[in-house]
Amino acid sequence: MNKDILTFIEVRDGKIQKVSLELLGAARDLADVSGGHVVAGIVGSNLSGLIEDLKTFDIDLIYSVDNSNLKYYLTDAYARAFEKIITTVNPNVILLGATSIGRDLAPRLSARLGTGLTADCTKLEIDVNGSLFMTRPAFGGNLFATIICPEHRPQMSTVRPGVMARIGANKGRLVNVIHLDVAVDKPRVEVLEEVVATQEIANIEEAKILISIGRGIGGDENLKTAQYLAGLIKGTYSCSRSLVDCGKINPDRQVGQTGKTVRPELYLALGISGAVQHLAGMEESDYIIAVNKDRTASIFSVADLGIVGDINQILPLLKEEIEKNAL
Amino acid sequence: MKIIVCIKQVPNTTEIKIDPVTGTLNREGAVSIMNPDDKVGLEFALCLKDAHQAHITVVSMGPPQAKKVLYEALAMGADRAMLLTDRLFAGSDSLATSLTLAGLLKTLEYDLIITGRQAIDGDTAQVGPQIAEHLDIPQISYVNSLKFEDGYFIAVRQFEDRYQTLKATAPLLVTILGDAAKPRSLHVGRLIEATETESVELKGASDIIVDTTKLGLKGSPTKVKSTWNKVVDKQKNLLEVEPREAVKAIIDTMKKRHII
Repeated sequence: MNKDILTFIEVRDGKIQKVSLELLGAARDLADVSGGHVVAGIVGSNLSGLIEDLKTFDIDLIYSVDNSNLKYYLTDAYARAFEKIITTVNPNVILLGATSIGRDLAPRLSARLGTGLTADCTKLEIDVNGSLFMTRPAFGGNLFATIICPEHRPQMSTVRPGVMARIGANKGRLVNVIHLDVAVDKPRVEVLEEVVATQEIANIEEAKILISIGRGIGGDENLKTAQYLAGLIKGTYSCSRSLVDCGKINPDRQVGQTGKTVRPELYLALGISGAVQHLAGMEESDYIIAVNKDRTASIFSVADLGIVGDINQILPLLKEEIEKNAL
Repeated sequence: MKIIVCIKQVPNTTEIKIDPVTGTLNREGAVSIMNPDDKVGLEFALCLKDAHQAHITVVSMGPPQAKKVLYEALAMGADRAMLLTDRLFAGSDSLATSLTLAGLLKTLEYDLIITGRQAIDGDTAQVGPQIAEHLDIPQISYVNSLKFEDGYFIAVRQFEDRYQTLKATAPLLVTILGDAAKPRSLHVGRLIEATETESVELKGASDIIVDTTKLGLKGSPTKVKSTWNKVVDKQKNLLEVEPREAVKAIIDTMKKRHII
């Protein structure tokens, strides 16, 4: 075991996923404290272009398993390939994105390696001895816990997307690339079809301004007005879970524990009561305005400006004023 | 077909609210329930049973009071219920939990193992895939539909931006998404019968196939170093004013922040 920090580079449709660059950024911060290399482990098919891309970042080493049988993500094959990288690198820490792929692959590998895994971390710290402190929310974001893995190595963590800062550019570091071969067995699970969502996925994580809509929005007319205003102030709209559950808004716009984590410059919450699961996804926003008729609503506990009032009265006036003032 | 469904009893975290005045958790009213994703997993098993005459065993791990969710599962239509309960299991992290559950599953026959995607108290989503690894069987996680056709399981697996339709033979483990189906109601008569006959079988560490040094708090690789409740600032600026004045406050803020 050395002090290296290995990150799993997630690839979809020939593209490195943003979360992987965030993991590398976190890995660089950790390595600055603990020592060791920042190692990118990449698994897939046709990777040469992506490996060149990875070299432009501030990392030390790249390990790849490039095999035409790794075109689609499948647990068994990817676990075998990444396991090969792990046993070759023998790292102190392994980071994977807390995505539907990372959270499928990481537990499988932690069980295989017989080591600890901490899910969905939002903060990572390390000491000079290489002991990792992994902080994560639990109880739907009510409780935070710092987890350690004192006697087992490697220390494994999945990291929530959108939380860590991306890795910086390479400033003259020579990045070595090591290719590993892994025999990919006949898969126990066969892909019959893979369908990429054709409908444009709303990228609410990137939005600087969000108007977020909750159950208390009232009728469909108000819903439309809120969506319209979001466009007018060059933002987009998002929602709480209840609007997804009743089918009014697509799940890609849901903020919260089971949706997305956002941190816009302005988060305007309309008729959102603020279940802890929702707050967990938006409380890091720069500025939060909340409008709700219930003065005891939890959303007010995180709001910078809270308005107790009736959406039906406030929204038409707000529309009038924004139309007057919009840039 | 033999199906095993893993079920966890959890506190109903959706009922926990933050007191906006004190900023502390208000846990009053948070009762123990069957983990929602697991309940949907059980519904998947029951649908397979409806179509293919499956036998369903539900298993849980926890203190004796976790029997309650197993009675509920029997009342929904499960055939057999087992609870892993032993002081040696206390304080298990996800790896130790998965070893314990896998230790019981190794003593049972199964074609399909179903777990919920994740539990609402821990939110780790790790135990299902870890069980599959211990049993050396394939896994399909994030499943939102599952059929059995011509000897194959056909599952639809959801990703953030896509889905895959996958085909596998038994034995297989799947983890089910909580919004994939609506669980059926329980049958009150069966609930009374299951409870009165105490039909949940209790299993301890000596009943399962496991290395006991890997159980419980001691056997868990991860430890909780510290926990803290979310610190919530007290309400900074709560306005209860006429709508026009309220809108002015919003507009002023937007102007100040160069949004309009």
